[in-house]
Amino acid sequence: MLAHELPRLLFGTPGNPLTLAQHKATFASTFNAESLLGELEASGLTGRGGAAFPTARKARLLREQRGHHKVVVVNAMEGEPVSYKDSTLLSTNPHLVLDGAAILASIIGANHVIVCVSRDNPTAVGHVQRALDERQRGGSKGPEFNLETAPWRYVAGEESALVHWLNDNESLPQYRPQRPDILKLSHRSVLLDNVETCANVGLIGRYGAAWFRTLGTRTSPGSVLVTLTGAVERPKVLEVAPGMTLRTVLNVADADPDPQALLLGGYGGSWLDGALLDTPYDNESLAPLGASVGAGIVVVLGRQGCGVVETQRVVKWMANESARQCGPCAFGLPALSEDLAELSTGSRNSTKALQRLEQRCGVIEGRGACHHPDGVVRLVRSALRVFAEDFKSHSRGTPCLGSRSKKYFVAVPRLEHESELIWV
Amino acid sequence: MGVRRRTGGFYLRVNPILCDGFGHCHELAPELVNMDEWGYPIIEKEPTPLSELAALESARYAVRGCPRQALRIERVSEA
Ligand code: SF4
Ligand code: SF4
Repeated sequence: MLAHELPRLLFGTPGNPLTLAQHKATFASTFNAESLLGELEASGLTGRGGAAFPTARKARLLREQRGHHKVVVVNAMEGEPVSYKDSTLLSTNPHLVLDGAAILASIIGANHVIVCVSRDNPTAVGHVQRALDERQRGGSKGPEFNLETAPWRYVAGEESALVHWLNDNESLPQYRPQRPDILKLSHRSVLLDNVETCANVGLIGRYGAAWFRTLGTRTSPGSVLVTLTGAVERPKVLEVAPGMTLRTVLNVADADPDPQALLLGGYGGSWLDGALLDTPYDNESLAPLGASVGAGIVVVLGRQGCGVVETQRVVKWMANESARQCGPCAFGLPALSEDLAELSTGSRNSTKALQRLEQRCGVIEGRGACHHPDGVVRLVRSALRVFAEDFKSHSRGTPCLGSRSKKYFVAVPRLEHESELIWV
Repeated sequence: MGVRRRTGGFYLRVNPILCDGFGHCHELAPELVNMDEWGYPIIEKEPTPLSELAALESARYAVRGCPRQALRIERVSEA
């Protein structure tokens, strides 16, 4: 494999995963166990599930935990509805992910790895199952692997919800006032990492930190997987090096070269003005603009679309995905969705709705047990910033043309229990 | 005995999953707890100095009075 070239993680053909033998022939053999944590620290790898937490720091925390029973959980739940980078990765290089998980297990001293894939994604489940069977037949050393298939929900991939599901079959996030907090799976300490993070660990374990850093920036080294949808020729999963401008990323996928805005990070992410396409795609450059790479989602909003309507559709769905455990989330998000619905049609109450929206964002933020409501607040605030003009004209009762065209760019799943909803 | 230096502060914290919005805490500790429009408590985000005895006392009342036992007092060394 060449150092400076992409793809790294998606090396191979999606849909036709490398077998164990091919995998061993393609990638070099693994490092010795001593230096692995050191390499991981030197690599500067950050989690690819959305929060971008340094992977090595999490691994060290777990390594320092006492007790011999620890578990590595590989999170392939892929809660973001438009994202499919994790399943693309699993259908290309499943063994790379499993190698990474095995390396993490050896770093923290775990003898068990659980791979969690959403059961609503049978293809990915199949690929993981096949890869695990292959390993078992090959009699490879290392930790014991298990596959678990949790039902798909937006919050099911949240780490405490996932561990809670493994414990009790309930995908509900837990209240964790103390951070950092070690999750427990029947008394065993859990290290939970995203699939893409694990695959990167698999590469770092082989080629080392210096190799890993040959792509990307100083603060976001390596490569990241991006799901690109919306106003693009064909929705696609790309592997890009952080630091590339957004324009380059869009060009690779034949996206609309002059979009109105981009939705970055996911449904709990932020809108970015389409005029800022020359921003490098990495967290350091995006942070001052209130955006982040998040779970590697880029939705392109064309000029015909309406940011107010798109935000409303997303927030309505997100409100429905609340686990309804916490008042501010269970009541606050539907309230935001209601305000946005008023605004998107430009109804009589929309001036009031606009004022209420800003005030409610401040009330809801930080008051849930998990960050689900905070993500929605971030999205709404970024919409208020980026589509400020549109919001104003909507609130004056003159919604833009886009809102009447019924042309949508952000794919929102159909609400399952629409009739049961008590709000708009 | 008897003389205790009251330095540092405390937070009143709510477990949002347990809380059912009965609103007792707002009545028992109005100086620390506000209500949002749905009846759930909005609690002072900054720590309160322990020297404010009345506030600490009402926080204790709130903790005891919460029907879901969702409240907790957390001490911090810095106020
Ligand atoms: S904040 Fe929302 S999604 Fe998170 S635990 Fe509470 S109710 Fe559930
Ligand atoms: S008294 Fe307890 S249950 Fe009632 S609102 Fe306050 S914290 Fe929630």
